[in-house]
Formats: sequence, C-alpha cells, structure tokens
Amino acid sequence: MIMKSFHHALKFKYDVCIGCSHCTGVCPTGAIHIEGGHPVLNPDRCIDCGMCYKACPASAIYIEQDDFSTIYSFKYPVILLPSMFSAQFPEKINHRAIISALYYLGFKYIHEVEESAGIIKEYMINKMADDTVERPVISTFCPAVVRLIQVKYPSLLSNLLHVKPPVDLTALYIMEHLTKNGIKREDIGIFYVSPCAAKIAAIKSPAEGDESPVNGIINMNYLFNKVYRIIKQRECELLGEETDFKPLSKDSLSWSITGGEVNLIKEGRNLAIDEIHNVDEFLEKIENEEIKNVNFLELRACDESCLGGILCAANRFIAVERQKKRAEIEEQEGVADIADDIEEYKQFLVQRIETGEILPRSMDKLDNDISIAMKKMKRAMAVHDGLPKVDCRICGYKSCKMFSEAVASGEADLKQCVFVRIDFERSGDLSTEESLEIMKKVWGEKKMGISDGESVSL
Amino acid sequence: MNFEFNVDGGDFTNAGSSSSTVKKLMKQLGVSPEIVKRTVVALYEAEVNIVAHANKGTIFVELEEDRIHIRLVDSGQGIPDIEQAMQKGFSTASVLVREMGFGAGMGLPNIKANSDHLEITSEIGKGTTVDIINYF
Repeated sequence: MIMKSFHHALKFKYDVCIGCSHCTGVCPTGAIHIEGGHPVLNPDRCIDCGMCYKACPASAIYIEQDDFSTIYSFKYPVILLPSMFSAQFPEKINHRAIISALYYLGFKYIHEVEESAGIIKEYMINKMADDTVERPVISTFCPAVVRLIQVKYPSLLSNLLHVKPPVDLTALYIMEHLTKNGIKREDIGIFYVSPCAAKIAAIKSPAEGDESPVNGIINMNYLFNKVYRIIKQRECELLGEETDFKPLSKDSLSWSITGGEVNLIKEGRNLAIDEIHNVDEFLEKIENEEIKNVNFLELRACDESCLGGILCAANRFIAVERQKKRAEIEEQEGVADIADDIEEYKQFLVQRIETGEILPRSMDKLDNDISIAMKKMKRAMAVHDGLPKVDCRICGYKSCKMFSEAVASGEADLKQCVFVRIDFERSGDLSTEESLEIMKKVWGEKKMGISDGESVSL
Repeated sequence: MNFEFNVDGGDFTNAGSSSSTVKKLMKQLGVSPEIVKRTVVALYEAEVNIVAHANKGTIFVELEEDRIHIRLVDSGQGIPDIEQAMQKGFSTASVLVREMGFGAGMGLPNIKANSDHLEITSEIGKGTTVDIINYF
C-alpha cells in the first residue's frame, strides 16, 4: 500500500516570486520545476526540508501557520515550546521575562516539548538493547528525514525506530493531565511552536493511524517577534522572581542538538549526521550496504539540527551554545530525566509511544506499469544523451537528467532546452517567435522582452 | 536494456558507483524495495571482489521487465576452489585489503544470500565470471 500525497507546509507567494529558480536548484529531491515564470511543486517528491525557503532571495516562500487568534477560541490555550525557544533570545532576556510575555499573550499553561524526552530516552535505550531489532536503527525524530526515506530509500523503512517525538508525547501528557483535572477536552487547545516546516507537515499528516493531539501551530519566528516586542516595550508586568520553566535534564535539553540522541546510546557504532545533503549521501551508502556495522543513526535535515531550523530567529551556532550552557547548568543541579509530575503518566504514555506504520512513497518510479516505465526510461536516456549536461535550468528543471525524464513522460517539450532550440532555429525548423513562446511558457511573459530588443547602454 | 561499467582493480574509493546507478534505474522501473536492496548488495559485494582481487573487470547489466541479469567479468587470478570460497569466513584478502574493512570472507556467501540465481565460473590465471540473476 502506498500513501496519498503528503501535507506540505511550504507555500509559494507568486506575486513576490521573481522566478529565479534558485529553489529548483537546491531542492534535494528535485521536487520543484519552473513553469510560467514560477516554481511548481511536485507534492509527491517534496519532503518539507525547507532548503528552498533558505535559498529564496525574494522571500517568496512562506510557511503556513494557524491564525494566532485561534488560541482565544479555547478556554485553556496551552503553549508547547521546544526548549530552544528561549535560546533564541539574547542572554539578558531571561526565562522569567519570556514566560511573563507568554501569559500576557493569553496562554493559560506553558510547557516545554522535552518534558517527555526522558520517557522516550528509556524506551529507546531498551529498544537498542534488543538484538532482534534490525540495524542500523534509524531515528524518526526529524520528519524531513523520515520523508526522505519514504520517497527515496523505502527499503530502509524497516530500520526506522517507530517512536513518537517529544512533541507528540508531551501533548498527549498535557491533554490527559488537564482532562483528569476536570477540564473539558474541547476547552483545551494545544499550540505547538515549530522551528521548521517538516514538523508542521508531520503534525498535519502523521503516520498511518496516528492522530496528533496538537490543535494548532505557531511559527517560531512569529512568536519570537511577538514576545521580543512585548519584552522590549515593557508591555507586561514581570511575574514573580521564581518564574521559570520546569527543570529539564541535560539529555532532554540536548535532544534537538546534533548528537542529542546518539549520546544516549553507549554501545556500538552510532553516528549523528546533520544537513539534508549529508544525510542523503549517507543513506545511499547505507542502502547499498557499503557502510556496515552501524548500530544507530541520528539523522537531521538541518545543519545544527533543529537549532538550524528555517523558523529559528537566532544564529544557529549562537543558539546551540546557549542551549548547551543551559543543559550544563541543569546537569550541575542534578535534574532527573523524568520529572515527578510526568512520571505518574509514564505507563499511559509508554502505551502510546509507538508511531503507526510509515509507508513507502517511491518518487523515482517512472510508471506503475514496468513495461511503460522501461519505455520511458529508454526514451529518457536517449534524450539525456543529446543534452548538454550543464544543468543550467533554462528548461525549468533542476538538471538535464530530470529534464530528460520530464520529456520522456511527456511533461516537458525537448525544445525547452536552449541548446536543442538553437539547433532547431539554425536548421530553420523553429522560428525566433516560436522560440520566444517556448521561453515564455517556462519563464513567464514578464521575464521575456526585459530589454525590449534594445541593447543596454553601459 | 543493457548497461556496462568498467571497474579498476585496487580502486576501492570508487567501488560502489555501479551499484548506485543500477539502484536508481531499478527504482525508476518501480521494482520493489526489497529486490532493489538485495540486488545492489549483491552487486556491490561482487564489484568489491573485482576491485580487491582483479586487475580490471567489466560489469554487464541486462534489465528486463521481469528480471535483472548482472554479469561481472574480471581478468584476475581466478578462484582455485569455488566451493571453499563460498564458505562463510573463508578469505584470501591481504592485510591492506582487510585494513580497508574488506576481506572478512563474507563476500560470496553474501552475494549468494542476495541473489535468486548465482553462477560462478573461473579459470586460474585468467579470471572469473559471476552471473547474478534476480527476478522481480
């Protein structure tokens, strides 16, 4: 069985887009091509890694989020913050100020995502001690990596450790705890603050059979701006001096940093790899069994893991340093991995800790019918042989390779290649007007005729 | 569809490039992930065998609608006793090769485990031909 298309959090603003195709060039799965002067997304290929968002020079890509005012439609709005949220702020802005601003915004309860990390840690360590579990075990923490495996490395799906990330487990805990204390479920609204597009997409379309208890998403940079302004303008009163987040252990606070999971596994060869192209390169070798005897793999799509997420406000290296400092302080305090209040719910959470089935979504397939796929492949190879292989993207595709496949599938016209087109023009098989029409089809009306046929005076 | 890859003996850093290409092709044809994986694992092992033991070799890949046939032909020293070579743990690898993480004596058994049909013919001093067939 193969899943339907993913939900995607990345969207294009066509009115802002300058049609430069940088997004097309950086996409690790070749999910974007240019048509009519704008990017077109192939929803089956996109893994929501956010590389396009980072590369866009016009800020024409945005991450959808729920309208902030929906928090007020719940009697008890709860904010679920990754602990690195506070690492986004300069040191002089302490937890007390941040928490005061969050209550001022209207949240009734404030929780940090990693409150349940200690329970996941225990579960992971137990799983890793089980020799019957297929190696290398691959973490499912980063949803962009899970999606990359679904689309590109489906044979490695059985290596995924089917464990929910801290956000899902902590949300379950909050919901259970509050309803136990007499609050009606429909009055509780849990809002997760996301550092990236992939987390949003994962919450909106979780694994088979799973349901996320999160009611809404707030982008981290949006909330950062809101909170920072409140603090700067001294809009709200500061709460008591003791105001702070619940203590979190060093391991919990390190979870979203590169190496956060790997450090928990003591035996065998365990590797932490971050940045999507590095992950892609490594998975290729793992799938071929060129690299063997790996016990555990922590793979993260962003450079510096979640602190390099596209919705983070602070420089990732600075934020990592702040996060590590906080973790060290908590270690000196001897904070337990599992706090007493969540310990009560441990059994409840462990029963729900596993994710549903994660299904393959092979993107490479040229056709469902192997004989048609073979014909397309032959045609694509013949087309590719005649292409210049400069990957200039003038045809609108990421590479000559991807373009040849689009031509073979009938999605693109061979004459979209500028090299091919000039040959056609030279032989008289294509007029300049026809050539211009093809360019317009790919790059839009606006881009063609920029100089109006006149030379630019220097 | 036929493909051909040349393999240089001793070039461990490039071993695996044919496996990656073949893998991509099989995925494009929509071959099931398990069969893709079995095939590339077998192919990679066989390719490394050429790199480790032969001066040079050629990989011929024949992709059909229902099968993949891989033939690896090398001009190496040949295998004196194929049955012995098929035993798990049997190895003739040099120290250098072992240091690079190869030569644990799992090569041929691993190829066998990952192919539906395996045939090895060898002539001492001339070379070895390995035929792997996997059905889709």
